[in-house]
Amino acid sequence: MSGLSYTAPSTISEAVSLLANASGLAKVLSGGTDLLVQMKSGRLKPALIVDTKKIPGMIGIREIDGAFVIGAATSGALMGEHAGLVAAWPGVVEATNLIGSTQVQGRASLAGNLCNASPGADSPPAMIAAGAIAVIAGPAGTREVPVEAIVTAPGRTSLAKGEFITEFRLPKKPARSGDAYLRFIPRTEMDIAVVGCAIAVTLDANGVCIAAKVALGAVAPTQLVVAGAAAALIGNKLTDAVLAKLDAECQAVCKPITDKRGTIEYRTKVAGVLARRVAAIAFQRAGA
Amino acid sequence: MSKTHVTTTINGEPAEFLAEAGLSLLDALRDEVGLTGTKEGCGSGDCGACSVIVDDRLVCACLVLAVEAEGATIQTIEGVATGDTLHPLQRKFIEHAALQCGFCTPGFLVAAKSLLEKNNNPTETEVRFWLAGNLCRCTGYDKIVRAVMDAAAEMRGA
Repeated sequence: MSGLSYTAPSTISEAVSLLANASGLAKVLSGGTDLLVQMKSGRLKPALIVDTKKIPGMIGIREIDGAFVIGAATSGALMGEHAGLVAAWPGVVEATNLIGSTQVQGRASLAGNLCNASPGADSPPAMIAAGAIAVIAGPAGTREVPVEAIVTAPGRTSLAKGEFITEFRLPKKPARSGDAYLRFIPRTEMDIAVVGCAIAVTLDANGVCIAAKVALGAVAPTQLVVAGAAAALIGNKLTDAVLAKLDAECQAVCKPITDKRGTIEYRTKVAGVLARRVAAIAFQRAGA
Repeated sequence: MSKTHVTTTINGEPAEFLAEAGLSLLDALRDEVGLTGTKEGCGSGDCGACSVIVDDRLVCACLVLAVEAEGATIQTIEGVATGDTLHPLQRKFIEHAALQCGFCTPGFLVAAKSLLEKNNNPTETEVRFWLAGNLCRCTGYDKIVRAVMDAAAEMRGA
């Protein structure tokens, strides 16, 4: 690791400038639970590490009129301890808290989980379903994009040189809304998703779905927003026929690979099954 | 490459060391500070043998850069006993024979101590989930879980 520099700026503009002007590979450090492993294995050889955790606001959760602002480097452990966030967006928190062990939870962040750009990441589907916005700082100023616009391919993001995510914004949850996330793994803990599925729904006073967003993980090079699955839910209660349509719409968009965790056929099938289960939890949380 | 001077508090005592940018906190503890109780198992955050508590948060020392520890308060296995008096967890690990080779034990003890500081009456399920990131290839975990439950009971005065 000779030639590696570490810096921990105290302002966003300083961090942007350091990242933008770096001559070699510059990496943002939040929790480091992916970055340090990749450096140790030799897969990544950065020249500069910019630790963002000393910048005010990068760690912590703020509730503003029912909406939430989560600092990009906030750990999963902090999210799990925030009663207001757990009550409002349980799906987002349960997805984030599935990442790794207790030790990993003490460090791993939303921004890191997203920008590592693994197809199997747990928190991105839940953030996407919840309608989360990523706030990005960069040389040209600040921009806000939906979380699904960040990952473009395995290991690749839409962030330009000098840009990094400073915070995530979760909207105020509408009345009669619920979100949920489930992942399937062959064990009970400490594994990577075979499939992950997140669903957020809003119901009317009669329990009919009036808004829905469905996201899948680990079944394509990036997380998938399944518009057809959301359409299957909207205007309906969770009947057997609606669940069957949801299942079919999710299976139809899967473009997974076969690897040691599952075959293409298996992942596709499980995506439909998980969607059914997640929808049931989301509807129940919405008060159905 | 120039080294960074890092000032920390380790097990209640001020501690300083020099660290290159890529040095892990684990390597700094073992090689610069001389605290070799914290073990390296996998070096990739999977096994928990290097568990330490940084600013009241349980982490793998292999997944923390030493330079990040500037100003931090760190607890390692060396701070678990009070002088010659073992911590209840340490006594219960011996009583229940919750170790064989012992390599994972410092990590288990630090992780279990961190659990009991947050939750003094954990269920067996809570103990097992909390310790899911600590791997032991000898015991089969049952004795470890029993030792932690027993230590928790003793510490509660039950």
